[in-house]
Amino acid sequence: MVTYIIRRLIWAVVMLTIVSIITFGIFFLVPRLAGATSESLAARYVGRTASAEQVKIAADKLGFNDPLIVQYGRFAKGIVAGADYDYGPGVEHCPAPCFGYSFLTRLPVWPDLMDRLPVTLSLAIGAAVIWVIAGVATGVLSALRRGSLFDRAAMGVALAGVSLPIFFTGIVSLVVFSYGTPFRITAPGGSFTPFDENPAMWAYNLILPWITLAFLYAAGYARLTRAGMLETMNEDYIRTARAKGLSERRVVVKHGLRGALTPILTIFGLDLGLLLGGAVLTESTYSLPGMGKYAIDAITNQDLPKVMGVTLVAAFFVVFANLIVDLLYAVVDPRVRLG
Amino acid sequence: MTAPMDVTGGDTQATPAVVEGAGGQAIQGRSLGQIAWMRLKRDKVALAGGLIVIFLILVAVFAPVIAGAFGQDPTQFNSDLIDSSTMAPKTGTGISADHLFGIEPVNGRDIFSRVVYGARISLLIAFLATLLSVVIGTLLGVTAGYFGGLVDSIISKAMDVFLAFPILVFAIALAGIVPDTAFGLTGDTLRVSLLVFIIGFFNWPYIGRIIRGQTLSLREREFVDAARSLGARGPYIIFRELLPNLVAPILIYSTLLIPTNVLFEAALSFLGVGVRPPTPTWGGMLSDAVRFYTIPHFMFFPGMAIFITVLAFNLFGDGLRDALDPKAR
Repeated sequence: MVTYIIRRLIWAVVMLTIVSIITFGIFFLVPRLAGATSESLAARYVGRTASAEQVKIAADKLGFNDPLIVQYGRFAKGIVAGADYDYGPGVEHCPAPCFGYSFLTRLPVWPDLMDRLPVTLSLAIGAAVIWVIAGVATGVLSALRRGSLFDRAAMGVALAGVSLPIFFTGIVSLVVFSYGTPFRITAPGGSFTPFDENPAMWAYNLILPWITLAFLYAAGYARLTRAGMLETMNEDYIRTARAKGLSERRVVVKHGLRGALTPILTIFGLDLGLLLGGAVLTESTYSLPGMGKYAIDAITNQDLPKVMGVTLVAAFFVVFANLIVDLLYAVVDPRVRLG
Repeated sequence: MTAPMDVTGGDTQATPAVVEGAGGQAIQGRSLGQIAWMRLKRDKVALAGGLIVIFLILVAVFAPVIAGAFGQDPTQFNSDLIDSSTMAPKTGTGISADHLFGIEPVNGRDIFSRVVYGARISLLIAFLATLLSVVIGTLLGVTAGYFGGLVDSIISKAMDVFLAFPILVFAIALAGIVPDTAFGLTGDTLRVSLLVFIIGFFNWPYIGRIIRGQTLSLREREFVDAARSLGARGPYIIFRELLPNLVAPILIYSTLLIPTNVLFEAALSFLGVGVRPPTPTWGGMLSDAVRFYTIPHFMFFPGMAIFITVLAFNLFGDGLRDALDPKAR
């Protein structure tokens, strides 16, 4: 088990390194293909009043003229050990983990990201709790009462749920429950109260995004759970469990659901990981100041260091979530760690 | 070459075409394609989905004709119909015979023709991106599954890395930093190719994993051994023996990938990094509608267009899966 964990940890680190190399490479190359020069990149750091000579010096000092591999090395070193940014007028130290300096605000990216993280965490985890409970429960009930009115209604709603984009349901939910006069039950989007400040306000501000986001995912999970349950409930071991005289409840929960849940666990890991890296669409629909909104704003302003930072942190969450899922698998199913 | 019975796609079977049945009647031998078609014909919901899909494709292809029939152009401003103080359409100039779905606030463009033209971008990108993912995913999936060993581990690890990319953030970033002229392309051609590339290129591991798994089980089958013992080499076995047997999963997952890609394109357009205005896109129309939420039909029509398109493909894809793979029911 220990070797398995170590192997998985090493692979996670390798994967993050590869992701960071590819990300860096693409964000290094694409602007250059598009006609940006070292000087035009450096100009964004030194301000508009700088002379051409000053910009040139800054570009040299910031290392924009170095080959890709040297620049990546410096970037990677910054993350591990911190870095000093020297753009002409002054030197600024950026402590580890340093994801670079924003072109626009000239502030280090990392503290910004950490400010945004609680918003995305609250949004993703709150919604995840709702969608897992609602989705799995609906799926199980549908499978057990296959063909019933409940099953058909639930699967109809679920199919609609997976076919609706969140930015459409989001706007509609805002119009109906927030801006609108008929059922004004919650605050308009855009406000976030930290949990430790006021838990009630925290939930009040997030309830609408939670439900909209959870509906979308719950629909998919209900469909998956139903399909999985229909398959496992036909297995021989279910018949054996019934033959042993176990209560139906025990058969369904302990034997049926357990078998059906393993594929759902994998998908849950991926979904949650992707969401933690920035629920871009939800955050921009509800104007929540999370990492996804940060990414969108950074892209609108062509602020590459910020974009790099968000991409890497997001990749970290995906890799991390997958790692947890793999380790959970190894605990549940001994074949995994041997294989 | 003999395809195994429970794998669809191969239409040659070892069983003779006509056998004497118990009652003396002839039992017709049916290929699995025929059986699937029979099942699909009975599935009214899936057929409805399929019909809507065909309808949408026709709408996209004949968009100029349809919009032209009402004398409308999707990029034409109708400023005379806009109230200059609120920027909303003047009272009495909403939904009419000329403007079936009404007009947009600010510039008064005809919503009906924009929704019709929006189908073009949406379906074009979704189809091409799906094609790209399916080609890459199938080739790499079959290669990994068939050759195994080092090839398999490299391809599988590559899939892991691709799946670790925060695809939406990455897609937005990429689509956002490419300027209006790049790679020798400009305008809509550039944006469409870029979106097809981004969406298609990051989705291939999903289909790749499925094809790899199927190949792993197929390559142990007797008909592959038989081909090999007759002297067939890797490429022949992959293209002539394995691929025909993978047609069913490829078809199913392509149909189910299209709606995901429709949503993806709509999301990118909504966020402002899709095809550039004034070319109409459903996502772009929705994002324009947010400021004018008091005029519900402005967001209703593009939103419903996305919903109906995605729903139709999902219905058809679900039906196709049930028909081709009865075990998945």
